[in-house]
Amino acid sequence: MSVMNMIQALNSAHKVMFERDPTTVVLGEDVGYFGGVFRVTEGLQRDYGKQRCFDAPISENGIVAVAVGMAAYGLKPIAEIQFADYIYPGFDQIVSEAARMRYRSAGDWSLPMVIRSPYGGGIFGGQTHSQSPEALFAHIAGIKTVIPSNPYDAKGLLIAAIEDPDPVVFFEPKRIYNGPFDGYYERPVTPWAKHPAAEVPDGHYTVPLGKAAVAREGEEVTILAYGTMVHVALATAEANGIDAEVIDLRSIVPVDIEAIETSVRKTGRCVVFHEATRTAGFGAELAALVQERCFYHLEAPVARVTGWDTPYPHSMEWAYFPGPVRLGLALKKTLED
Amino acid sequence: MNDRPERPNRPALSLHVPEPGARPGDPVDFSHIAIPAAGSVRRPDPHAPASETHALVATLVRVLDEEGRAVGPWDPKLDADTLRRILRDMMLVRVYDDRMYRAQRQGKTSFYMKSTGEEAVAVAATHALDRDDMTFPTYRQQGILIARDYPLVTMMCQVYSNKGDPLKGRQLPIMYASKAHGFFTISGNLATQYPQAVGWAMGSAIAGDSRIASAYIGDGSTAEGDFHAACTFAGVYRAPVILNVVNNQWAISTFSGIAGGELTTFAARAVGYGIAGLRVDGNDALAVYAATRWAADRARANLGPTLIELFTYRVEGHSTSDDPSVYRPQNAGAAWPLGDPVERLKRHLVALGEWDEARHQAQHEALDAEVRAAQKEAERQGTLQSDPYQDIPSMFEEVFAELPWHLKEQQAQALAEAEAKRA
Ligand SMILES: Cc1ncc(C[n+]2csc(CCOP(=O)(O)OP(=O)(O)O)c2C)c(N)n1
Ligand SMILES: [Mg+2]
Repeated sequence: MSVMNMIQALNSAHKVMFERDPTTVVLGEDVGYFGGVFRVTEGLQRDYGKQRCFDAPISENGIVAVAVGMAAYGLKPIAEIQFADYIYPGFDQIVSEAARMRYRSAGDWSLPMVIRSPYGGGIFGGQTHSQSPEALFAHIAGIKTVIPSNPYDAKGLLIAAIEDPDPVVFFEPKRIYNGPFDGYYERPVTPWAKHPAAEVPDGHYTVPLGKAAVAREGEEVTILAYGTMVHVALATAEANGIDAEVIDLRSIVPVDIEAIETSVRKTGRCVVFHEATRTAGFGAELAALVQERCFYHLEAPVARVTGWDTPYPHSMEWAYFPGPVRLGLALKKTLED
Repeated sequence: MNDRPERPNRPALSLHVPEPGARPGDPVDFSHIAIPAAGSVRRPDPHAPASETHALVATLVRVLDEEGRAVGPWDPKLDADTLRRILRDMMLVRVYDDRMYRAQRQGKTSFYMKSTGEEAVAVAATHALDRDDMTFPTYRQQGILIARDYPLVTMMCQVYSNKGDPLKGRQLPIMYASKAHGFFTISGNLATQYPQAVGWAMGSAIAGDSRIASAYIGDGSTAEGDFHAACTFAGVYRAPVILNVVNNQWAISTFSGIAGGELTTFAARAVGYGIAGLRVDGNDALAVYAATRWAADRARANLGPTLIELFTYRVEGHSTSDDPSVYRPQNAGAAWPLGDPVERLKRHLVALGEWDEARHQAQHEALDAEVRAAQKEAERQGTLQSDPYQDIPSMFEEVFAELPWHLKEQQAQALAEAEAKRA
């Protein structure tokens, strides 16, 4: 066991897999000698050589496409897209190629590859370093989408993603790389070291894809969240004295429907919570699932708390970010309904 | 991997990953850089077939020699006032960069990017264009705005995301935009504007206009597919566009070899697209001016695009988020053999007897005072730290021309939320 922040935990996942599996390779912009702009691949090139971890040209299209080819050859590529906001040039390769390779070749080819990318806002990154595009990937048949919320899960989920036989898009909420930011932006963030999930085993372990975690047990209302929003949900429930059950989905495809049903049937109320824009966000899918499966247990309409349907503004970051006030108002309304 | 055939008589393959010549701790070594003498490269007629430029894509158009003389066929023969104006603009860019960098370090804004050593590629090129030609810059061509007399205070307000920010606090610092100054809104997504510039130029051609476009891209970003789209469309339709590649040899921590710079020059890309190509000393303001003018004349004669590689060096870090000493030798920029664009133009003016040390010093002090005064005025309208742009209803405006119902609802909700925060 070591105490790790999220960056160190992700770095450890890479090192564990580089040791165990010589077919794993890392490519991406600035990931080699420099170790990545967020330092997640630090030391990989130094310790395992340039054939295992190397800088890529600035072509997200190329990065995803050659990862597809390497996986087709039989390697397990782990591609870093420097910011999720820059994944779109690679979108066609993900949607039309990576996602369908197993299906269209009737299993002749499969692609064990991971596309990792820092994502989400809260760092004054403006509209091109802040987006949360998970719904675009959840919408594609054939791609798994994973979003960890703490160091322990980050390492275990990344190892599971690398070992998974199918392509996985792995979004890392960069606002919580160094500490569990809870949305109270005027207070200093406590570092991960003070958090139990920063206790991370040094060796190999997995956190299964498609399994949620109960971040907080409660009776009054279920909050469905992932990534940074898990911490905002916990802090908001605390601050408002609401006995909320907070479900950390961890994977959105496949989503843990059992965990969702169990919780909503118990509480009878549900608030869906994400940072991404609202319209056709993943919250819409969650609200539909809850409505389809838990309708007769619901005592209030399912509420969505999200980012606004605008690009992410620079100076009004905190007016955009769905923080404790927005969630608190929605929780109170859901409890009153 | 498991089904790899055993073939002991064949050599095992291995992957080539390019590596820069020097890393931290190594001596700075630019001895591999071939530098042809100033004035040694011939100048084809701007109306010549593109293929006549293709012998020039591996050499370097240079005008200013070591003594500061302008020599050879590319000498644009500018009058002293124009030379002094270019010098002044480059100096102003540098003073401005230093002040804004410092402001970021003081916590007054979130981010800044300098263009140190690359002032000529923006400033001199802009002076070779018409005022109403449209530029499509990257984040490192603030010199275009300065060369076109954009107000310094407004530039700073954008950097501060304050009340005076014409972009309403929406964009990251340095992502300026001004249609009135022919400065296209900067995207954070690399390379996207390169083919857009081609489209703007095609529009000008379709409309029978006479304006041209000038696009910028970094060496690293030429790897994006958008670069290929731009060159293809520009070539096919002979779009009246200048395609500048600013080869400052670095893309954050990644050297230009990873963008293909180890194999050939960036100017040589022009050959494959059948368009004109030039490779230019980007730290030589006169060479930059002359090449830009050549390409502009060509475009205006309806002879299509020119790809210009501007060979320079990124002297400072990528941005305020970057520390280059962890991936390249310290002070590499100071050793760049093609020198400093400001110093070189200054020397030229001095050699002409049109400038001297005292005037240079006085001008530096005057520009410094101008920038400080502008900064004071900008800060009166707030900084990101003290008083950022915070007009909540405006956040929902200009997503579309008109607010649809859902944005109206969200706007009201955001206002209620702001009210609740104050309570
Ligand atoms: C599509 C896209 N991918 C990645 C990035 C992140 N990024 C910002 S600047 C940069 C390096 C660009 O280098 P270069 O094109 O050489 O321009 P320079 O910074 O040297 O002026 C990278 C990778 C981005 N902004 N957009
Ligand atoms: Mg560069």
